Amino acid sequence: MFKAFYIVVMRDLLLAMRNRSDILTTLFFFIISISLFPLGIGPEMDTLREIAPGVFWVAALLASMLALERLFAIDFADGTLEQLLLTPQPTTLLVLAKVLAHWLITGVPLVLLSPLLGLQYDLSSEAIQALMLTLLLGTPSLSLIGAIGAALTLGLRGGGVLVSLLVLPLYIPVLIFGAGAVEATVSGLGGAGHISMLGAILLLSLVMAPLATVAALRVSAE
Amino acid sequence: MSSNKFNWFKFSSPATFYPLAGKMVPWFSGIAVILIFIGLYMGFFVAPTDYKQGEGYRIIFVHVPASWMSMFIYLVMAFWAILGLVFNTRVSGMMVQALAPTGAMFTFLALWTGAFWGKPMWGTWWVWDARLTSELILFFLYIGYIALHSSIDDNRRADRASAILVLVGVVNIPIIYYSVKWWNTLHQGASVSVKSGSSMASTMLLAMLIMALGFWAYSIAVSLARVRSVILERERDTYWVSELAEIKR
Repeated sequence: MFKAFYIVVMRDLLLAMRNRSDILTTLFFFIISISLFPLGIGPEMDTLREIAPGVFWVAALLASMLALERLFAIDFADGTLEQLLLTPQPTTLLVLAKVLAHWLITGVPLVLLSPLLGLQYDLSSEAIQALMLTLLLGTPSLSLIGAIGAALTLGLRGGGVLVSLLVLPLYIPVLIFGAGAVEATVSGLGGAGHISMLGAILLLSLVMAPLATVAALRVSAE
Repeated sequence: MSSNKFNWFKFSSPATFYPLAGKMVPWFSGIAVILIFIGLYMGFFVAPTDYKQGEGYRIIFVHVPASWMSMFIYLVMAFWAILGLVFNTRVSGMMVQALAPTGAMFTFLALWTGAFWGKPMWGTWWVWDARLTSELILFFLYIGYIALHSSIDDNRRADRASAILVLVGVVNIPIIYYSVKWWNTLHQGASVSVKSGSSMASTMLLAMLIMALGFWAYSIAVSLARVRSVILERERDTYWVSELAEIKR
């Protein structure tokens, strides 16, 4: 059972490595959208420091949403998904493996890149630490929740736009607590409460989201 | 709405549900008109002026019932969504589809009247407070449901896929309901609660409850009327539809 999990993760990672432009597009979307804000708002460091948590989180939200389309679409097109649904291994586990691979490909680079971009916004080292921690806790939830939307819109016309309509409202709690944790840390209140909430959201989505995703995949692929 | 509960599967077929809904629509429309009329009259002319908020508070008689309905309709949709997923009944999916626009309308109404209330009382049309935000999310959820349902051509798939979406979004309802308790924000706490009773004059409460019942009857009437159209649209190729009096005419 865990071998199947491992194989699916490795397969998706291998596919992503062979087709690197996919990862890089998401990553550069994140970088570019974050770099746009100082140009639009003006380069005052005080303002930038204030808006940084929100900007980073919104950019992460949009970047991970853009990457959702690739989660199941290719497998659906070439029939792999159908085979996955037919295997004797529990489908939730396989979906979890796909989501994990997706997170490793699209979520982890954002986390690793955020300190560098944080310097552009003149964030203090505590703020950068808090930002990394919240992104580390929050982006897996984004991938898990997003998987539901990706599964529901599988093979639909205009699926990309639709998925944003379905998934973004569900992302809002992660956004609020993620950005809130960084802000609370910066202002000296301590972000522990927000970070615990992020952890709670992650655990909840870890348990519930794969179930909903599998149900949605079965509907979409039948 | 409650018919399926009592007769279980008899009315889960569109052919039997369609005439039943047709019979219920005029009744509920009548009740809705009468109750909303009484409620509005009591709200605007009978209920006393609030000592703090003056006459401006009277929008409560639309605002609070609309917010209640916006949440309640989503729960009813979730109920039908579960029934549809579990029992594979066709009418369930149609009911969810018929309820969604009414729910979206009430959510919009709650936000709109809330803005009108907020302007004189808080001095602003909108604040990013927990309850307002979660109500806005509810509105997005309704829109998301409608968008998903209408972009899937196959009705069976549309029903099942959007039922899953409704169930995922149901997490938001307790968040809205308890938001004023959990986060101490600008939106005032609930004026009416089951446990401690109400914190306002009894005429006001009565008017509000009558309005809520009126909105309730309105929702039932409108969604039943809508579900009839949905049934006709989806079952247009069946024999029983071609035998209907209003089709033959």
